[in-house]
Amino acid sequence: MKLKSLILTTAIAALASGVSAEGIKVGMITTLSGGGAGLGIDVRDGFMLAIGQSDRSDIEVVIEDDQRKPDVAVQLADKMIQSEKVDVMTGIIWSNLAMAVVPSVTAQGKFYLSPNAGPSVLAGKGCHKNYFNVAWQNDNLHEAAGAYAKGIGYKNSFILAPNYPAGQDALTGYKRMYQGELAGEIFTKLGQTDYAAEIAQIRASGADSVFFFLPGGMGISFLKQYADSGVALPVVGPAFSFDQGILQAVGDAALGVINTSQWNKDIDNVTNAAFVKTFQAEYGRLPSLYASQGFDTANLLISALETAHPDDANAFRAALEAANFNSTRGKFEFGPNHHPIQDIYAREVIKEGDVYTNKIIGVALENHGDAYAANCSF
Amino acid sequence: MMRERYLNGLVLLLLFTVPLWALINDQPFTITLATRAAIFALAAVGLNIALGLGGLVSLGHAAFFGIGGYAMGILAYHAQTYTPVMEVPFVIDGTKSMPVIWLVAMVTSGLAALLIGLLSLRTTGVYFIMITLAFGQMFYFFSISWIAYGGEDGLSIYIRNDFPGLNTLVPINFFAICFTILCLVLLINGLVARSPFGLALNAARQAPQRVQTVGLDPQRLKLAAFVLSGVITGLAGALFADLNRFVSPTMFSWQTSGEIMIFVILGGTARLCGPVVGAVVFVMLEHALGGLSEYWHIYLGALLLLVVLFARGGLVGLIAGRGVAHD
Amino acid sequence: MSTILIIEQILNGLQSGIMLFLMAAGLTLIFGVMGLINLAHGSLYMIGAFAAASVAGLTGSFALALIAAMAAAALAGALVEMLVIRRLYATDHLDQVLATFALILIFSESTRWAFGSFPLFLDIPNYLSGPVTLPGGIQYPLYRLVLICVGLLVAIGLGLLITRTRIGIQIRAGENDREMIAALGVDISKLYTLVFALGAALAGLAGALVGAIQSVQVGMGEPVLILAFVVIVIGGIGSIKGALIGSLLVGLTDTLGGVFLPQLFKLFMEPSAAQTSGSALASMAIYVLMGAILIWRPTGLFGARA
Repeated sequence: MKLKSLILTTAIAALASGVSAEGIKVGMITTLSGGGAGLGIDVRDGFMLAIGQSDRSDIEVVIEDDQRKPDVAVQLADKMIQSEKVDVMTGIIWSNLAMAVVPSVTAQGKFYLSPNAGPSVLAGKGCHKNYFNVAWQNDNLHEAAGAYAKGIGYKNSFILAPNYPAGQDALTGYKRMYQGELAGEIFTKLGQTDYAAEIAQIRASGADSVFFFLPGGMGISFLKQYADSGVALPVVGPAFSFDQGILQAVGDAALGVINTSQWNKDIDNVTNAAFVKTFQAEYGRLPSLYASQGFDTANLLISALETAHPDDANAFRAALEAANFNSTRGKFEFGPNHHPIQDIYAREVIKEGDVYTNKIIGVALENHGDAYAANCSF
Repeated sequence: MMRERYLNGLVLLLLFTVPLWALINDQPFTITLATRAAIFALAAVGLNIALGLGGLVSLGHAAFFGIGGYAMGILAYHAQTYTPVMEVPFVIDGTKSMPVIWLVAMVTSGLAALLIGLLSLRTTGVYFIMITLAFGQMFYFFSISWIAYGGEDGLSIYIRNDFPGLNTLVPINFFAICFTILCLVLLINGLVARSPFGLALNAARQAPQRVQTVGLDPQRLKLAAFVLSGVITGLAGALFADLNRFVSPTMFSWQTSGEIMIFVILGGTARLCGPVVGAVVFVMLEHALGGLSEYWHIYLGALLLLVVLFARGGLVGLIAGRGVAHD
Repeated sequence: MSTILIIEQILNGLQSGIMLFLMAAGLTLIFGVMGLINLAHGSLYMIGAFAAASVAGLTGSFALALIAAMAAAALAGALVEMLVIRRLYATDHLDQVLATFALILIFSESTRWAFGSFPLFLDIPNYLSGPVTLPGGIQYPLYRLVLICVGLLVAIGLGLLITRTRIGIQIRAGENDREMIAALGVDISKLYTLVFALGAALAGLAGALVGAIQSVQVGMGEPVLILAFVVIVIGGIGSIKGALIGSLLVGLTDTLGGVFLPQLFKLFMEPSAAQTSGSALASMAIYVLMGAILIWRPTGLFGARA
């Protein structure tokens, strides 16, 4: 009797520990060199902060640099799946690299948790049951900007974005929610740094507001030139040109601009406060939305690991879908296509002492999903 | 000092045996790396025909690499979505058959090379370099704006194309295909270099006026070399797209043109296996140095600099000594 | 399309062209005198911008920042010339391409290692910011007008240097026949270092001036480098006058093309298709221009006899 119950308890203990104590390997491919490295570094730092703060010692993270090149990303993905034998992959910042890597990763049965890129194809027609996006669908922040513009009463916006798929998605997203008149719509050249011509057109157009999506150096250039030009129309944009990493380079030119984001450092909940504090203590700088996305992705993963292991794909998937973790954004849930349904805030760029940062001034969209969920079926 | 012939044989043997070893030791990623090296080598062999034999420094060869890649991408995309490429004036369907795709890639890049060559060969020296760069850039910006095929996001092709009789998804099979093509092209390259055409081209590079007095037209020779070069690099592009199952405007960028040129120069310009050595060494460095530090580009740059400054004639020149008389 | 808009765009084109001239002038001098293709010129531009951002951050003075930019770039240029470039004069263009490409890698990653991956802050000083009203009622940013003036002053200065000074004579002679002036007793290595440092200083100045209204980040020099090469090819290698005309042409084509091509297309296409095709063609416009000029004049507008 005693022996039997001993064996039984041991068996149950083994079973239970087999579920949660077996380690996993995570493959992170992100941009750590070259011009856009700031975003990848933020995502990595946020992710690793969460991994470090968890009590688990069985999560191994392999990190590689994709140099923002699609063919390098594909090669690294192959290496991680074939050589490193990872269970879960994450990390890609840019939509074009995501489009190169994600379809084949998910087709090979691995899970992919996106901490940033959210192309519309992967949210709609090209969705896959193993693909989860923890940040947003690409259009979301632009839709929120449009909703804010409409709410505040802008009637004649001038909109511009670079001439590439993410730029086109940005203007489509803005127009979806804004529904006012357009004083002008310009597609600039990708990588363009001189916006004098565009600003001259804005001045001549009679617009009452400006919306732009110009990530990275493009946004910095535009803001500086716009501020210097004397065209004092109010500016709205997504957080991508106003994140913590970029603001310091823009300076006063960004003050007062309204931008939309699903996260800000002053969102009032315990997890977020702890996140901002520990991130600053660990890395010596304030976190950006990218860092928060990395942090949330890691915590989502850890929460799923509490109840399932990727070897049991269906159970792990269900655990991910449940999204039973404390997000820096407060409430967090996935829609049917594994993209978030969340509040998107409007924030204003302010100066706190010596540091430029953002402050939330309102909610632009509440419980917002994405426009492509209906096309997704798996 | 090794005879160049033996060095060539050694290099090819190595490129052949390492994947076999990887197959036995269950390291599929090494096979993928070797395939990548073989494809880059093929692109560089193509450039070498124009550059080494013909003396044409083309900084726009990525144009052909990209054309080959997009030929594959467009055909395979239409095949996987079951839509025709065009319906007017006659129906062209997509295809997933590698030989057909290669043919299309080679023909289109050949035609492009003809056009670009006709226009560019009116210039020489640095002007030639720049005008070829300009054409490469035109293709690059055009492909970014061609939204129908992904624009800057590029095109993903979900499964590898078919080759009769082989399962091309198995890494060693695809490597075998690429390696065989590389060897065939090297053979052709060797034959061409020794043929009357090759000799005349060599002379045209060094002393165009004398070639003219003999009654040959150096411009036509150079154009023929340029077209042949474009065809081979285009084929490499189609294979590259198949390897990554992805095609994007980056294949047209000037950085890609620069990389292909680096393979040639690093290995040894005008040497038969120079491009192969260059491509293999570069891929190995890219892979190995990346693990050293986040700033590994510094080491790569330093290494390249050392090779240029102290190894004239590239790596092949270093090992096999000065080859056939060169300027 | 109002006249005010057109005039403003022309001014914009002139300004972007003039800044390009600073890069192109150095590049064409280096190529004309030393026969060297210098792909690392973009890195010198970047070094100038970073030096300016650092000094401006420390001292708060824009003027000091500009001086620091020129000095840092000139110093970097001189060092690189003495250590690396000197060995490349006897080699062919291919080796120069590879070596200077390797330098780009080293410079870029070293800058990233030293300054981090995030862009730096550099802003125009208050006394140069804001718009001014030009005759005709046009509001135009003061800083851009200053850029145009600075560029023209540099062009005049360079022209005077080349035509009226001893160094200028040596430079022109060197462009013509390198061996002869060495035989005539001119210290070639000093001359080369000087020319290289001068070109580098101009690039650094351009980097600082333009960095103030754009972003200061690693890799900012490469797009400008390509444009500068396009300019010197259009203008003709070795010719400062060609570099000036070429850069103004390129600047105007780029700016005006970007604005007016979509408008042109809107005449016979529906608006969003016109937009995308127009901007696509606008990005290719400069290269089409260069191709056309080379086909018409294979050595550029003011290039040496073929």
